[in-house]
Amino acid sequence: MPTDNFPNDHLSSGAARKDVSAAGDTSQPRVPDPGAGENKSMHECRTALQLVPHEAGAAKPDPIVVVNGIRRTFGGLTAVDVEHLEIQRGVITALIGPNGAGKTTFFNLLTGFDQPDAGSWSFDGAPLKGKAAYKVARLGMVRTFQLTRVLSKLTVLENMRMGATGQRGERLWAAALPALWRAQERDITDRARDLLKRFKLDAKEADFAGSLSGGQRKLLEMARALMVEPKLVMLDEPMAGVNPALKQSLLGHVKSLRDQGMSVLFVEHDMDMVREISDWVVVMAQGKVIAEGPPTSIMSDERVIDAYLGARHDTDISELERVIQVEHTHDHAEQRADREVPR
Amino acid sequence: MDIIGALTGALHDGFGYLAVSFCLAAIGLNIQFGYAGLVNFGQAAFLSVGGYVMGAAIATSGVPTVLAILLAIAFTVALALILGIPTLRLRADYLAIVTIAAAEILRLVFGTSFRTYFHGKDGVTGFTAGFRSLNPLPNYDGFFLTYSREELWTVMVGWGLVIMISLLTWALMRSPWGRVLRGIREDEDAMRSLGKNVYGYKIQALILGGVVGCVGGFVGAFGAASVQADTFNLDFTFIALTMLILGGAARVLGPVVGAVMFWAILSFLGSVLTQLASYPVVAQFMNADQASTIRLMLVGLVLMLLMIYRPQGIFGDRREIALDAH
Ligand SMILES: Nc1ncnc2c1ncn2[C@@H]1O[C@H](COP(=O)(O)OP(=O)(O)OP(=O)(O)O)[C@@H](O)[C@H]1O
Ligand SMILES: [Mg+2]
Repeated sequence: MPTDNFPNDHLSSGAARKDVSAAGDTSQPRVPDPGAGENKSMHECRTALQLVPHEAGAAKPDPIVVVNGIRRTFGGLTAVDVEHLEIQRGVITALIGPNGAGKTTFFNLLTGFDQPDAGSWSFDGAPLKGKAAYKVARLGMVRTFQLTRVLSKLTVLENMRMGATGQRGERLWAAALPALWRAQERDITDRARDLLKRFKLDAKEADFAGSLSGGQRKLLEMARALMVEPKLVMLDEPMAGVNPALKQSLLGHVKSLRDQGMSVLFVEHDMDMVREISDWVVVMAQGKVIAEGPPTSIMSDERVIDAYLGARHDTDISELERVIQVEHTHDHAEQRADREVPR
Repeated sequence: MDIIGALTGALHDGFGYLAVSFCLAAIGLNIQFGYAGLVNFGQAAFLSVGGYVMGAAIATSGVPTVLAILLAIAFTVALALILGIPTLRLRADYLAIVTIAAAEILRLVFGTSFRTYFHGKDGVTGFTAGFRSLNPLPNYDGFFLTYSREELWTVMVGWGLVIMISLLTWALMRSPWGRVLRGIREDEDAMRSLGKNVYGYKIQALILGGVVGCVGGFVGAFGAASVQADTFNLDFTFIALTMLILGGAARVLGPVVGAVMFWAILSFLGSVLTQLASYPVVAQFMNADQASTIRLMLVGLVLMLLMIYRPQGIFGDRREIALDAH
């Protein structure tokens, strides 16, 4: 699997621009839907981020998601209050912030799993306000959950097949006539097996998903989301509980999604991952977007360090990382499952 | 003591029209609860609509049998929509509450109102001529395989329907459509995140299970040659659910085997206990009335033992139950 075509620090070096376009040429055959516009803009999108000012709410040259004034309160608590945010197409954007910053709630709002008190947002030009979650997914905006949601009593392979959209056999009148859907089912199964192999789950394909370990469930959920063939995949802490060796190969995989023309938005507390693969970082704290920028500059941003550490200014980034890790492992166990998606 | 008699009685009841009627009710519940995870505590309502609408249409208005059957199915679909549309967007409990209430309301309406059509406590009768005229069996007096000629005809049609509907269920549940249903049972939000219209599928499952129950209502009506409101009390649905769990939920043959076994065991215990009660020694602490109560207690005991030692039911998959443990 070709993974590391892209230098991580391309955003900061002018020479990297050449590397990027060179790598773009080699990756072209992997583009699933080589629409001319998408091909042209794929890497331009990323280099164009160089021109974007490093400030919260900055406009992007080619945004796939645009959010305006979205607000969600739980009783007296304002969980999300984002004035303006744009997510660039064709790049990997990280969404970071301390526990309780509102990242998961923000995901829920964007994908129709929760309704905001105010605000509007659009995906790929289509306004999403009031759209049912399943319709949002069909438009190509697919999310995973922080607390994994695998279909326990279905096998791993069945979980994967479920991700495919437009299945003829999912219509009641066609279901009893296998001739109508068998060929499509075979293609779906092939695609599912390919993905399972990449996520090192191929040996588990016949097991019940409920028998997988926590980390394996994360992997399955991510692979299953990719079965939908999304334009934007939104991962809520994809690396939580995944072992370091597999993490490396997953990072490569996420990068290859970008190379295929997919946009990625992910929430993560693991700063190594953020630094290694993200092209752009958005920082949330107490429901607001407080900073935006490329990973290198965001790690040294005073406001970000403040948000994580309080007012202890004289801390460097490794300290920040340590604190984040500790916070993460401590507070996570306390997350209640029913909070993930309010009804 | 007549053990052979008790056994033939058990076979008679285990395959009789009542068992078929319950069996279809349980197959419908299996589609709704076993596969899609919908809790329908009012399956009796769907059977009562089937029996009453068909019976009354034939008996009062002289509608041809086939048309009356189609009319009853249309009413069942309408009932499923009325119950499902407001509740299936909400948590699972709402459907349970609404179905249980609807079943009781319908039972009271059928039993007390619109007497020109439903005849109150007497129930609807005089609608079987059309069905019986189709009976191809040669005329015989007495019994064949313990069934009279009319009974045998109903039972044959009933089991034919059970086989056809079971085959249909099997075909549907191995298709991607059935897979979506099982996915919804496991996690609705995950299914939404994959672009599945959960609400639409739940309505489909509710309608399909309701219509299968409605067919059970037809078989029950033709078998008894009458439709009576009190048949469709809450126990009816709970017994059908018990049969489903006994046989194994989310298994095509689960409700079928569950219904047969339940009736067979109930019938066998009934005749054995009644016979025992006729011995003076036993009658001292169990008279004939108490025997029928003790019969139900024993059935309860059997069910408890089953749930302890085979919680997945007769056909269920033990591994699935193990997943629930953690
Ligand atoms: N359903 C809910 N009811 C009440 N409060 C909620 C609900 N969901 C979230 N909150 C609150 O909203 C705030 C944001 O929660 P959210 O889960 O979005 O945080 P997060 O940024 O994802 O945190 P973490 O990194 O720990 O996952 C928290 O203070 C939380 O307690
Ligand atoms: Mg979260």
